[in-house]
Amino acid sequence: MASEAPSEAHGAEDGGLVFHPMDQFIVKPLFGDGDIGVFTITNVTLWMGLAILAVVGIMVLGTRKRAIVPGRGQSIAEMAYGFIYKMVEDVAGKDGVKFFPYIMTLFMFIVCANFLGLLPMAFTTTSHIAVTAILAMAVFLTVTILGFALHGFGFLKVFWISAAPLPLRPILALIEVISYFVRPVSHSIRLAGNMMAGHAVIKVFAAFAAIAVISPLSVLAITAIYALEVLVSFIQAYVFAILTCVYLKDALHPHH
Amino acid sequence: MEEALVTGLAYAGAGLACTGMGGAAIGVGHVVGNYLSGALRNPSAAAGQTATMFIGIAFAEALGIFSFLVALLLMFAV
Repeated sequence: MASEAPSEAHGAEDGGLVFHPMDQFIVKPLFGDGDIGVFTITNVTLWMGLAILAVVGIMVLGTRKRAIVPGRGQSIAEMAYGFIYKMVEDVAGKDGVKFFPYIMTLFMFIVCANFLGLLPMAFTTTSHIAVTAILAMAVFLTVTILGFALHGFGFLKVFWISAAPLPLRPILALIEVISYFVRPVSHSIRLAGNMMAGHAVIKVFAAFAAIAVISPLSVLAITAIYALEVLVSFIQAYVFAILTCVYLKDALHPHH
Repeated sequence: MEEALVTGLAYAGAGLACTGMGGAAIGVGHVVGNYLSGALRNPSAAAGQTATMFIGIAFAEALGIFSFLVALLLMFAV
């Protein structure tokens, strides 16, 4: 889907909606309309850069004037920091705290990319599996390498559930191995699927708004769905971060 | 004729795949409902289990997202 050419837009087709709900996810070059190579600057590059700028803006500008009674910007930065710190400590344990910078970065980037995608005419970078798969593969590789580095082959105990009865253990080990390797897939598709589905639904209702009879209803529906999408954008970033913590805990303590 | 049949059946399959999302909805509702009934019985323990609830929601929801993905693949990729 990520490699769709601009000419594949569906909006111009006869008899369809005014614009196609999936057209917003097309990757276009920002300057001119040539082929998309590895280093072409596309709208994905633009919105990803804006997301990074937003993270830097929130954290740097928020903590520039540190006051005992925090202002609005400082409150946001402090709340985000405290929220993620507590989550890492609760889920991954005390020794998982050294991975806090990584998880904080992941969370802030995903939440900013999701929220920026909600702006009208914006592009949602996290709706592309190419983007989320990289994030999820990075987590998967980190966890696997960390597990083997810390425990050697003892890390394989994560598949051997000693709490289960002995005859069941080989079967459970097989299921655990499968579920371990499905992790990056589900981790990335959950985020991309949620973002894509939510934004497509907004656009479907936006297309209905062009039909005069149902447009008031449609505008109400867009408002409600937009509110839901703000919630979903935050929760999906949270879920991505919390699952990273759960996987990290497996690498730090492979004994069940 | 052959091609039209394949396209039509692909769309029918996409529609059928969406029923899987209903299953995910039931699963998520089950997780949150049970969390809420537990939280109302013992409100002091509820705050500590919110993270667990979200993990449960994420796992239940992932399978619904998979069916959504199958629908999208049938509509746009096949």
